[in-house]
Amino acid sequence: MNTLQYDVVVIGGGPAGLAAAVKAKEYGLNVLLLDENEYLGGILPQCIHPGFGIHYFREELTGPEFSHRFVQRVKDLKIDYFVKARVLEIKNYSDLEKIVAFTSPEGAFEVWAKAIIYATGARERHAFEIGIVGDRVAGIYTAGEAQTLMDIYGVMPGKEVVIVGSGDVGLIMARRFALEGAKVKAVIELMPYPGGLARNVMILRDFNIPLYLSHKVVEVRGKKRVEKVKVVKVDENLREIPGTEFWIECDTIIISAGLIPQVKLLTDIGVEIDPATGGPVVNDLLETTVPGIFVAGNSLLINDLVDYVAEQGELAAYGAKLFIENGGIPAEKWIKLEKGNNIRLAVPHYLSGKRDVYIYARVRKPMENVVLNFPEIDRKIRLPVVRPAEMLRIRLRKEEIAKARDKITMEVVQ
Amino acid sequence: MTAQVYKFTCIICPLSCDIEVKVENGEIKEIKGYTCPRGKEWAIEEITNPKRVVMSVIKVKNGNMPTVSVKTDRPIPKTKIPELMKLLAEIEVEAPVKVGQIILENPLGLDTKIVATREVEKA
Repeated sequence: MNTLQYDVVVIGGGPAGLAAAVKAKEYGLNVLLLDENEYLGGILPQCIHPGFGIHYFREELTGPEFSHRFVQRVKDLKIDYFVKARVLEIKNYSDLEKIVAFTSPEGAFEVWAKAIIYATGARERHAFEIGIVGDRVAGIYTAGEAQTLMDIYGVMPGKEVVIVGSGDVGLIMARRFALEGAKVKAVIELMPYPGGLARNVMILRDFNIPLYLSHKVVEVRGKKRVEKVKVVKVDENLREIPGTEFWIECDTIIISAGLIPQVKLLTDIGVEIDPATGGPVVNDLLETTVPGIFVAGNSLLINDLVDYVAEQGELAAYGAKLFIENGGIPAEKWIKLEKGNNIRLAVPHYLSGKRDVYIYARVRKPMENVVLNFPEIDRKIRLPVVRPAEMLRIRLRKEEIAKARDKITMEVVQ
Repeated sequence: MTAQVYKFTCIICPLSCDIEVKVENGEIKEIKGYTCPRGKEWAIEEITNPKRVVMSVIKVKNGNMPTVSVKTDRPIPKTKIPELMKLLAEIEVEAPVKVGQIILENPLGLDTKIVATREVEKA
């Protein structure tokens, strides 16, 4: 067993972890970055389409280009990192003494650190989690798996494709398959509205791909390989409508049914999880309920834009710096962010009023011509439209937050 | 008299404005819903000559990754995309490949470059 010592260990080398590691190093902290993949960048190296960095770099980049800029910074700043490193356990020995145990081809390591930034991203929901039954045959992939095959390894997963779920990754893979000459027969969406950003829904029109809203795939049939899928219409309560079943012939099913934050190592040490986000409960420095453990990116909440993931990574690094300097995060009181009408999730959960904050939130259902209201602090924001697929990012100033007594409600009203 | 209304979502930026273009006898009569000049320009082009940035991967010999991701450095006419994709599927480059490296200039006579977007080191 090798023992290492750092100020901060960053777990996960995707955009959140890269941004966190770079920022922490710029603050003068001694940083170790760990990733389990063979290369840094997380999922970005396989996201070869443009649309990244519009906010962060003020120019439009592809995923690999966005990642490359941060990886280059990691190398320029000589930040220590391991790839192919699998973290087995986090131990919280005391507030400023934490242990991260990991293995890599170089051996087994125990790192002592004062703070941890947790940025492990999310995993994809798979076929069994969305109620698809039938034959266990080849040809069923998550969108991310198909993307790895096509855009890292250059292998086509299939020729006739049905995409389950109209989230961004599903729509982007619809385009990738169509561009590479596959026939994308349908995108099937359970909800009555598309799951992805509007600009990605446009892709379907480009390639004449039919989108079935309020439909679900319920069954897969095939001998060795997928041969057909059964689709059924659902009512407003998402219940299957008998008699509406039909079959689509295909050799490949791509599941794009949402992402789940990966928080196993955190729940192991008792970090409180918000059931709405699937990620940890955090304060306005993205510190979890275990002091000195910060979280950013898709392991905090599922983001639409990598720019905000990087922003969270940098904030977590700032939190780690304050924590190490002060031996803890000082706050006289914590103001709770409460979810009001049509707010499904909102992060961070606790605000100090000592610093400005970005609220990341999602609505339950689409609404037009609305007011985003924070009644306790008298803040109103008019919005032409809110959609579940598009995360809200709202800046609140510390002076406003400090006006609240013990809670601030966020609600969407007409 | 043939009037047609085209509705689409602007893809210039993530704001995703819903733009409506009214076309009469092949002539653009009215554009609504855009919130910036780039959006208006894009909507006009979307009717007259739709263009897209194309991305794909190209095989790499002797690299630490089997492919390199590439993009066109500017949008190309939609009608040319299938032909370009066929061409990209046929070529192969030797590692190392740098981000920003030009793989092809003016493929198929198009006013664009094929640019590498991922770094591939020599294996």
